[in-house]
Amino acid sequence: MADGMKLQFVVDDGDFTRAGETSSKVKKTLTQLGFSPEVIRKVAIAMYEGEINMVIHANGGTIDVEISSEKILIIMQDRGPGIADIERAMQAGFSTADSKVRELGFGAGMGLPNMKKYSDEMEITTEIGKGTCVKLTINVKG
Amino acid sequence: MKLLEVKELLSAEVFCGEEFLETEVDSAFGSDLMSDVLAFVNTRVLLLTGLVNPQVVRTAEMMDISAIVFVRGKCPGEDIIELAKSKNMVLLSTKNTLYTASGKLYAGGLTGEEKGE
Repeated sequence: MADGMKLQFVVDDGDFTRAGETSSKVKKTLTQLGFSPEVIRKVAIAMYEGEINMVIHANGGTIDVEISSEKILIIMQDRGPGIADIERAMQAGFSTADSKVRELGFGAGMGLPNMKKYSDEMEITTEIGKGTCVKLTINVKG
Repeated sequence: MKLLEVKELLSAEVFCGEEFLETEVDSAFGSDLMSDVLAFVNTRVLLLTGLVNPQVVRTAEMMDISAIVFVRGKCPGEDIIELAKSKNMVLLSTKNTLYTASGKLYAGGLTGEEKGE
């Protein structure tokens, strides 16, 4: 197993058509490394939601992925406006996305709740005007 | 249900993945909201949607969905078709609305994915 493998990606600002490329690459890497479909699915969905958020809300940023045989850690750091009320942002259905984002099929207020649902641990640190960091841990062994 | 049967029931046009029409799907999910696809789908389904953009294919990829039916006569652009080809996905389009297409497939034996059932 690929103990201690570290990957870093840059997520571009506002390029909605390319959003998801990073998640796609990580999904492919995990498949090649032989992780179970269940673990891969959780990582792919949680990370894709995060990536979409970074593009639509937060001017892009960086994603670090640390892969070990025990767990997969995803650290998403954006350059966005920060989250004013994390508790509200965590509620299913609450969204600050504009109509353009909604027309694209997102902005239904399911992003953060989905990331929580598909990860084993989720930690959010945010600073208004500076950005948000979301850390997701997906355990490989139950 | 085989994708070939889906194609016939919906008189659908195939944009890519013709070679995968023998693939079976166990259930289906219809939505224009990709956020809801990410939130509610748990198994490998057939996705029916009226939304046409590359994120539909990306969403399907993350969910291990291998076939998408665009409803209401919506047709995917070249960029979407190319992306789907690279993921070995089947893209179909029907003139039926989401409701009618879903009804035809359900009547044909392809049920929905419902939580707790």
